[in-house]
Amino acid sequence: MASDTQLRKYPVGIDPAALSEAERQVPAEEAPPLPPNAGLVWIGKSVPRIDSRAKVTGAARFTVDVKLAGMLHARLLRSRLPHARLVSVDVSVAHQHPGVRAVLPINETVGRAVEVQAQTESPSETTPRRVLYVGDIVAGVAAATPAAAEAALRLIRVEYQPLPFVGDIESARRSDAPAVFEGPVRGESYAGGAASSATLPQQGNVRGPNKAGSRGNVTDGFAQADVVVEGEFRTQVQTHCCLETHAAVADWQSNGLTVYLSTQYTAGVRRELAQAFGLPLNSVRVVVDAMGGGFGSKSTAGNYVRAAVALSRQAQAPVRLVLDRQEEQLDSGNRPATVQRLRVGARRDGTLSAIALDTYGTAGVGLGAGVGNFAQSLYDCANFDIAQSDVFINAGPGCAMRAPGNVPGAYALEQMIDELAEKLAMDPLALRDRIDPSAVRREERRIGATRFGWSRRHAPGADSGPIKRGLGMAQSYWGANVHTNASCEVRIMRDGSVELLSGVQDIGTGIGTVLAQVVAEELGLRPEDIAIRIGDTDFPAGPPSYGSMTTASITPPARNAAHQALRELFDAAAPALGAAPETLVARGGRIAAPDQSHSMSFREAAAHLRTERISAVASRSDDYGGFNRKFGDMASARNALGGVQFAEVSVDVETGIVRVERIVAVQDCGRPMNPRQIESQVQGGVLMGLSYALYEERVLDRHTGHVLNADLEHYKIARSREVPRIEVILLENYQGTSATDAYGIAEPSNIATAPAIANAVYNAIGVRVRQLPMTPAKILSTLGRIPARSPRV
Amino acid sequence: MVGNSNMVESIKMGEITRRQFLKGTGAALTSVAVPNTGLCAAGRTAQTGTNETATASDPLAIALNVNGLQRTVEIEPQATLAEVLRGPLDLTGTKIGCDRGACSACTVWVDRVPILSCMTLAVDVGERKVVTIEGLARGDELHPVQSAFIAHDAVQCGFCTPGLVMSCAALVESNHNPSLENVKAAISGHLCRCGTYPHVFAATLDAARVLRG
Repeated sequence: MASDTQLRKYPVGIDPAALSEAERQVPAEEAPPLPPNAGLVWIGKSVPRIDSRAKVTGAARFTVDVKLAGMLHARLLRSRLPHARLVSVDVSVAHQHPGVRAVLPINETVGRAVEVQAQTESPSETTPRRVLYVGDIVAGVAAATPAAAEAALRLIRVEYQPLPFVGDIESARRSDAPAVFEGPVRGESYAGGAASSATLPQQGNVRGPNKAGSRGNVTDGFAQADVVVEGEFRTQVQTHCCLETHAAVADWQSNGLTVYLSTQYTAGVRRELAQAFGLPLNSVRVVVDAMGGGFGSKSTAGNYVRAAVALSRQAQAPVRLVLDRQEEQLDSGNRPATVQRLRVGARRDGTLSAIALDTYGTAGVGLGAGVGNFAQSLYDCANFDIAQSDVFINAGPGCAMRAPGNVPGAYALEQMIDELAEKLAMDPLALRDRIDPSAVRREERRIGATRFGWSRRHAPGADSGPIKRGLGMAQSYWGANVHTNASCEVRIMRDGSVELLSGVQDIGTGIGTVLAQVVAEELGLRPEDIAIRIGDTDFPAGPPSYGSMTTASITPPARNAAHQALRELFDAAAPALGAAPETLVARGGRIAAPDQSHSMSFREAAAHLRTERISAVASRSDDYGGFNRKFGDMASARNALGGVQFAEVSVDVETGIVRVERIVAVQDCGRPMNPRQIESQVQGGVLMGLSYALYEERVLDRHTGHVLNADLEHYKIARSREVPRIEVILLENYQGTSATDAYGIAEPSNIATAPAIANAVYNAIGVRVRQLPMTPAKILSTLGRIPARSPRV
Repeated sequence: MVGNSNMVESIKMGEITRRQFLKGTGAALTSVAVPNTGLCAAGRTAQTGTNETATASDPLAIALNVNGLQRTVEIEPQATLAEVLRGPLDLTGTKIGCDRGACSACTVWVDRVPILSCMTLAVDVGERKVVTIEGLARGDELHPVQSAFIAHDAVQCGFCTPGLVMSCAALVESNHNPSLENVKAAISGHLCRCGTYPHVFAATLDAARVLRG
């Protein structure tokens, strides 16, 4: 049954430059249109994080802090060989070790490509599993103490039959390379860089090319071009490095399973575990309170949580399993390496006539090492050719990492566009004004250029002396994603207290605070009046915290649920106020008739409720006017997210050291809900991009298959001394598409940084570095001052 | 230094972890009562890597002064301060991020000096006074650095926060007028993967202003 709809007017456009009004056909039960942030009390204000006191006093409870009575400690045995057949795994001696309560070999794994053939055969004792990389999971132990678990690990007798392996992408592509898989594989795009199709060709370790997304005819397009630029760009493997390593406490009981988990998606993990262990959804509960970072790597339960649950079931006791930092670096996902060959043709006026992108990458034994939809979406170009391939190597599987695909994709394309501008003798901003269809990014370029002082930019390599300065810029593109399987409940108690309940988890973005703001705004209360209960599948299922879609998905239902609960409160209080319920307003902690003639406190109004507690549950409705695309529970809004970043660098051409001195980030996320929290996220996105550009690189030794820097001291990450001055400018971009009109920011803020820095480095030294990270050695070899090294990936 | 070359050799062979190394050290402490140079027992550790019982020693009762309270705990001699705080003392605000001194999440004060509790054996603390994140506030009154972290949103996921707060608080306690460079240097060993540093800088400078009065 279609619900009633109403025609309503919404503010649309960039505030204040281009604010206007638009009509939308909206379901009648939706909360009414909100004015721009300037007209609101709590939404759009920098309300302090509701859990910040707990976080600065040590009271916040992370998964690693969970202690249950009788809790056991688990450790995992992992392969030290990059490729081997597990001839036998004997756990009998380990079982006898004092304190050991459960030991199990791991027979099945998830999160990696799987041979099609192996799946159709029935599992057989005679075809033992293979381990595919150093760190691959072999067995698990649960014991009374961590020391006993660790000791028992060494008592597991494993007979390995070593197999040939391959540890780098170029060797893996050769026809005589050792095969990582024994035949054609299938699987999902775990690394999120490109959709994985079941029908792609596979030869040796190369699966692809996937040509989905191609359009027009690039041969014609290049024929029409006055100018053509081309280049090969290489990006490295980056690891997530969440400060809280992957952590679970699994508690298998006869009446159901509870898992305390550092996770980005409580509802999804519940589904996954219910299926894996043959339990109904009502017998699985997933709980996360404080959560120490995810960046894409904690989106699913994966192998280690399955192991913790199975150990708990076997031991009949709660089991704590926390990965150590080395395990984290080897086997908790990573951003795949890519090699991108890019060719761009343009007319003399800058109009793009053709883009051809041929790319291969490696997600280790995973799939999805593509470069996203960046090149095919950012600029107007009728002729676009794309070919993306996965190359398998014996390394831990990649998984989604902050703007998967688009981060390496932007690094290549935005440098190519910079080069094109120079060849056309156009300013990079002017060229983008011609080829970029986004009015939002146009405004972002204008605002950013003024703040940054773009007019200071000199010709490439113009500085004399060894320290050369440069300015560069680059753009971001990311879908405005929404999850429609996102619900929350708002309750009003008879004493006037209010609570919000949702399974949605706060991974550090501050969504709990934003939900308090939204409910407070609707009910005329203060954020601190709202008890926020989230991160628990006992509550209505929340959206995942990936794809930059949490805020877009859960704030509209929060507001609508508050709105519906308030209607019920109005009905209860109206007789006492002598006014029609639909005329009442809630503001400043009071419920009042429109002329303010009669009013009562929210608490007094709640006392009129017939029952102890009223409640409303709302779920994410479709965007007003529909989505651009919807696939299952996921959807993307009509308008994508933008962002433009400017970088100022200095390069010491004698040492090769690049210093980023300043970044100006102009970003949009629809209606900004909490500017200071957004600023925190953007600064984080910029720093992760800066770190990707200059420092981070997983180094895999191709001769042994071992990761040489599986720690935090040799895997270099930008820290305090590398932090430049970062200025964040946030657009208010209203679109009138939901009850809050809010979208995400985490990923868009991470996309433009590396290419902006790369373009600034070019502007400084006059030669282009086409390989990440831009270490001193790469700078010096690009300058011809030292011999070039062969690529490490 | 008898064990030094053995230790290096063992690391090369990939047979020894820092944890095993510390365990060996702890065992040596109780069995031979040598100064805790950290190197004396390394050779022995390498030999006992496959047999836990050879390095484990009887639990040891030690007294620790933590957050102004004298606490007696029974620990394994090889336990780090971080493990003792988080385990038997149930002060889980101190976080372990890498367990080898590379991220500083485990920072606490020992006699008001910020140290890495994952790199410190609990038995080595002796009578020195330990302050953890739970003991930084005076009752309900937060330390100025804690208040400033809230005001500046110097917190995202919050996992590195306790360690950062302890280092920043130690800085402003010893230097009421730090420069931005002083702040950057004071926390250069910390890793905040959410990238909250700019707000941490601003919060710490602000807290110093409060302390200057």
